Amino acid sequence: MFYLDDIGRYFLMLKGVFSRMTKGSVLRNLIFKEIDDLIIGSLGITVFLAFFIGAVVAIQTALNLTNPLIPKKLIAFASRQSVILEFAPTFISVIMAGKVGSFITSSIGTMRVTEQIDALEVMGINSLNYLVFPKIIAMFTYPFVIAIAMFTGIFGAYVAGVYGGFVSSTDFLTGLREEFIPYHLTYAFIKTFLFAFLLATIPSFHGYYMRGGALEVGKASTSAFVWTTVVIIISNYILTQLLLS
Amino acid sequence: MIEVTNLHKGFNGEAILKGITTTFHRGKTNLIIGTSGSGKTVFLKCMLGLFTPEEGSICYDGATYSELNEQQQRELREQMGMVFQGSALFDSMTVEENVMFPLKMFTKQKKDEMLDRVHTVLDRVNLENANDKLPSEISGGMQKRVAIARAIVTQPKYLFCDEPNSGLDPKTAIVIDNLIQEITDEYDITTVINTHDMNSVMEIGEKIVFLKNGHLEWEGDKTQIFKTDNEAVTEFVYSSNLFKKVRDAQLKGL
Repeated sequence: MFYLDDIGRYFLMLKGVFSRMTKGSVLRNLIFKEIDDLIIGSLGITVFLAFFIGAVVAIQTALNLTNPLIPKKLIAFASRQSVILEFAPTFISVIMAGKVGSFITSSIGTMRVTEQIDALEVMGINSLNYLVFPKIIAMFTYPFVIAIAMFTGIFGAYVAGVYGGFVSSTDFLTGLREEFIPYHLTYAFIKTFLFAFLLATIPSFHGYYMRGGALEVGKASTSAFVWTTVVIIISNYILTQLLLS
Repeated sequence: MIEVTNLHKGFNGEAILKGITTTFHRGKTNLIIGTSGSGKTVFLKCMLGLFTPEEGSICYDGATYSELNEQQQRELREQMGMVFQGSALFDSMTVEENVMFPLKMFTKQKKDEMLDRVHTVLDRVNLENANDKLPSEISGGMQKRVAIARAIVTQPKYLFCDEPNSGLDPKTAIVIDNLIQEITDEYDITTVINTHDMNSVMEIGEKIVFLKNGHLEWEGDKTQIFKTDNEAVTEFVYSSNLFKKVRDAQLKGL
């Protein structure tokens, strides 16, 4: 019953987010600020993670291809598929649930504790729209982060594969282009858009409805990370079933 | 003027406010006092529209809040200014941006006009050379001044203050109290202050409402509070050592 209550409140929060819009000029500035905080601020860690994930996938694939009849170009093929289909959209989103999610929960939670949300409400401002809507719009640029992660991941695979002596550059580039299905990119970006929405709204929910003091802000951040990850993993399964099978 | 009639509010089945009826007058500093847990903050938040009362009504110059539609309630809230206990300034904004915020949200003024108004109210609260500082870079007293400036920048009809001098040294607390009283007189607004500071009661208590366990136990002004024989009020007033010693000295004819 407790979870059902939370799910109900989450959807009521979404209704609140999309009603009584904040003044356009104010909203525009908030959106740019959120893009800077949530997206630009995440680029560094995303590139770093994607590069090494791609590299490890290439090495693992190479080490498991013990049969000499299997062409080495498969290393590139397997790395491309793993990075595009799962590692970039899903794995990076789980990491972002920790980075972006805890940032959103703690910033909104602190505003709740210090009565800044009450101050907005007293002024007659729809605090949900003011605080959450810019985050959702900013997160719509999240697919660009994932596109960069895909590129960097494959580049990492190339570096590890070629410079690690597992595959030649020509074989890698041939494998990379082989049996490429553009729909897989569509699938990956559909997932990314949904994950972006979840990354913006679930941590906002935990921050907005938290009660208590500084300790509870920490607990809410942890809880937001756990729930965002759980929902991302479940929706990943459902979307894969719906879009690929 | 704010008229409160038979106000009831509770949480999780526990009654916090139990039938409060009182009137807060325009141009006066109205104080709500009482011990911790007496329902002062809940009462203030009901008047601000942050909590919905279970029973009773709050009437703002003839307009009953619960009878207004959502748009009218929002318009009424725009006429309210609030100074929160912890100031509630927006961390990411400078002092100037904090004070300008309500103007940005609710007026169509140009930036120059807004800045003029911001500088006028910052001068009014005697705050200088802090415009570009963040709230974390200024003292508690200065934060309270910024909060007051933000509350009055749109020239509200009602000013609410939740323990405006909590956490301040006695000298700064008196300055803040006097500032609130001056603003109340100057702008002819209805000011309601939630406090348990007896110095504030002495300084600016033009109307005092004493709450006990969610009931309105007593009401009067700053001269009457020292003459009342209401036991709860007397206990509250003389819980301060200073007031107790003054009373003992008076009794001894010193």
